[in-house]
Amino acid sequence: MVLQLLSAGAAGAVEHAATPSWAMFAYLVSGVLFILALRGLSSPATSRAGNRYGMIGMLIAVATTLVTHFPAVVNPDGETPAAIEHGLQTVPDFGSFGMIFAAIAIGGGIGFVIARRIAMTAMPQLVAAFHSLVGMAAVLVGWAAYLNPQAFGIAELTEVAGSEVSGLSADGASAFASAAVVLKIHAQSCIEMGLGIAIGAITFSGSIIAFLKLAGKMSGSPIMLPGRHVINLGTIIAILGLVGYFTMDQSLWVIGLITLLAFIIGFLLIIPIGGADMPVVVSMLNSYSGWAAAAMGFTLHNSAMIITGALVGSSGAILSYIMCKAMNRSFISVILGGFGTTTGPAMEITGEQVAIDAEGVAAALNEADSVIIVPGYGMAVAQAQHAVSELTRKLRASGKNVRFAIHPVAGRMPGHMNVLLAEAKVPYDIVMEMDEINEDFPDADVAMVIGANDIVNPSALEDPASPIAGMPVLEVWKAKTSIVMKRSMASGYAGVDNPLFYKENNRMLFGDAKKMLDEVLGALKG
Amino acid sequence: MDFISILSIFVLACFVGYYVVWSVTPALHTPLMAVTNAISSVSVVGALIAAAASGLGAAGGVSKWLGLGAVVLASVNIFGGFAVTARMLAMYKKKEKK
Repeated sequence: MVLQLLSAGAAGAVEHAATPSWAMFAYLVSGVLFILALRGLSSPATSRAGNRYGMIGMLIAVATTLVTHFPAVVNPDGETPAAIEHGLQTVPDFGSFGMIFAAIAIGGGIGFVIARRIAMTAMPQLVAAFHSLVGMAAVLVGWAAYLNPQAFGIAELTEVAGSEVSGLSADGASAFASAAVVLKIHAQSCIEMGLGIAIGAITFSGSIIAFLKLAGKMSGSPIMLPGRHVINLGTIIAILGLVGYFTMDQSLWVIGLITLLAFIIGFLLIIPIGGADMPVVVSMLNSYSGWAAAAMGFTLHNSAMIITGALVGSSGAILSYIMCKAMNRSFISVILGGFGTTTGPAMEITGEQVAIDAEGVAAALNEADSVIIVPGYGMAVAQAQHAVSELTRKLRASGKNVRFAIHPVAGRMPGHMNVLLAEAKVPYDIVMEMDEINEDFPDADVAMVIGANDIVNPSALEDPASPIAGMPVLEVWKAKTSIVMKRSMASGYAGVDNPLFYKENNRMLFGDAKKMLDEVLGALKG
Repeated sequence: MDFISILSIFVLACFVGYYVVWSVTPALHTPLMAVTNAISSVSVVGALIAAAASGLGAAGGVSKWLGLGAVVLASVNIFGGFAVTARMLAMYKKKEKK
C-alpha cells in the first residue's frame, strides 16, 4: 500500500511537471479575454460585449484545465506490479469526472437562480456574499494543494535515510512524515500557498461581516474593541511568521493555525468599520479576493489566474482609493475604523429648518425649468427609485431639464445609485458624476436631495473644524431652491449637523422617500 | 514557467489592470465589482485540479473533496457573477422606454 502510494506520487510528479504549451497559451488567451471584459466597462454601450468576453475566457480556462487534468486513476486494480513499476499507467476516472460536472451544475444552478432573483437594492450584500465565496474557495484550494501537493506539481519526494517505513495512518500528513520517502513541498510554494490561504480566509470572514452589516442582520455601527490595533497587528505578524515557518515545518498544525488566525483577523478588521464606510470595505474585499487568486496562480504557475488576480486586485484597490478620496479620508483611517473626531468647536448654525409639504414641492417643480436630483442611500432603503424615475419622466415630458448628480460614495457600494436608476429605466445620459455637474447647481431652479445627507453638507467646505472638512460635496445650496427629502431630523452617518437644512433657500420634506414622492407625483400637473 | 516569468506576467498585469480600471466609467462601478467577482473565480482551475487528481490515500481523498467543494463555491460565483452582471448591464439604456 505504501509502495503504491509512492509510485503513484512519482507518476503524478512526472505527469504534472510541465503544462503543455498549448494549454499555457490557452490560459494566456483567457487572461486577455478577462482584460477585455473590464475594458468593455468603459462605456455602457460596449459593456455587454465585454461581459461575454469574460464568459468565454472562463470557459476556455475551465475547458483547458479539464482537458489537461482529465481525471485518471493510476493502476485501478491496485495489485499489478508492472503498472506500479512503470508508474505511468493511468485510466480515465469517469466517476471523478461525473462528480466535477455535478459540482459545477449544483454551484452554477445556485448562482444562476440567485442572480436572477436578487433585488437591485440588495446588490451590495450580494457582492459581499460572492466575495466570501471567492475567499472560501481559495482556502479550500490551498488546503487541497497542501494535502495532495503532487497533483499540483509543487512537491518532490525526498529520501530520508534510516527512516522506518511504517503503515499509512488515516491522517495523510503524518503518513508522509513517517514514510521512508518524505514528500516535501517547495519552500516557495509554501509561501505562496500560505499567503493564498491567509488572504482567502481574511476575504471570507471579512466579507461575511460586511454581508451581515449590509443586509441589516447586524448593526451597521462600528464595534470598537479595546486595544484592537495591538491585537490586529499582533495577529498579522503572527500569520506572516507562521507562513515563514511553514517552509520549514509542513505540519498540519502550522497551516491550521494560519487558517484560523486569518479567519479571526478578517472578522476583527471589519467589525470596527461603520455602515457608510462600506463602499470602501466592499472595494477592499474585492481587492483581497483578487490577491488571493493571484497567490494561487503563483502556486499553480497559471497565467490566467495571475492576470485575473492582478486585474481584480488593482480594480478593488482603485475603487477603494476613489471612495476614500470622495470622503477625504485616508485609507488607513477607514481601515482603523470609527470616524474622525472634530478638531475644534463646530461652527454655530444659525437659522431654522423650514418644512414643506408635497403640494409645495410639486408647485416648485412646476415652476422650475432645470431640476437636479441628488439620490442617496435613503432612496435605496425606501426602494424609491421607480417613483424617482416616474417623476423624472413626467418632468421631462413637460419640457424640463432633469439631471441626476451622483456622489461617488452615495449608497453602500461604488456605482450603487447608477444601478438603481438604470433599473428604474432612467436614461444613463442624464445621470452625471459629481465633477460633471457640480458647477451647474447655480443655474438649477430646484435641487432635490432624496435620502442623502453628508454628501450635500456645506460644512465640508465652510467649516475647517468639521469632521468631514475637505470632503468634496454636491453644492446643492447654490441652486435657487433646494429641497431635502428625509425621514427624520437625525444627522447623517458622520454625526455631523447639516447647515444646509437651515439655509434660507432650503425646504425640508419629512417622510418616507417613496411615499412622499408618490404624493408629489399626485400633486404634479400634467 | 520559472518564477521570474510568472512575476513578470503578474507585474505587467497589475499595470494593465491599473489603466483599464481607471478607464471604467463610474456609472458602471457596481457591474465592475460583480464581473471582477466572477472572473476572480478563475481559481476554479485549482479546484478542478484537486478534484480531478487521483486519490492518494486518505489525504488525497480529503483533497479531492475539498476540491469538489471549491468547485461548487467557485461555480456559484462564476454563474452568479456573470449572470447578475449581464442583468445589470441590460438595464443601462440611453433612451427612455415608452
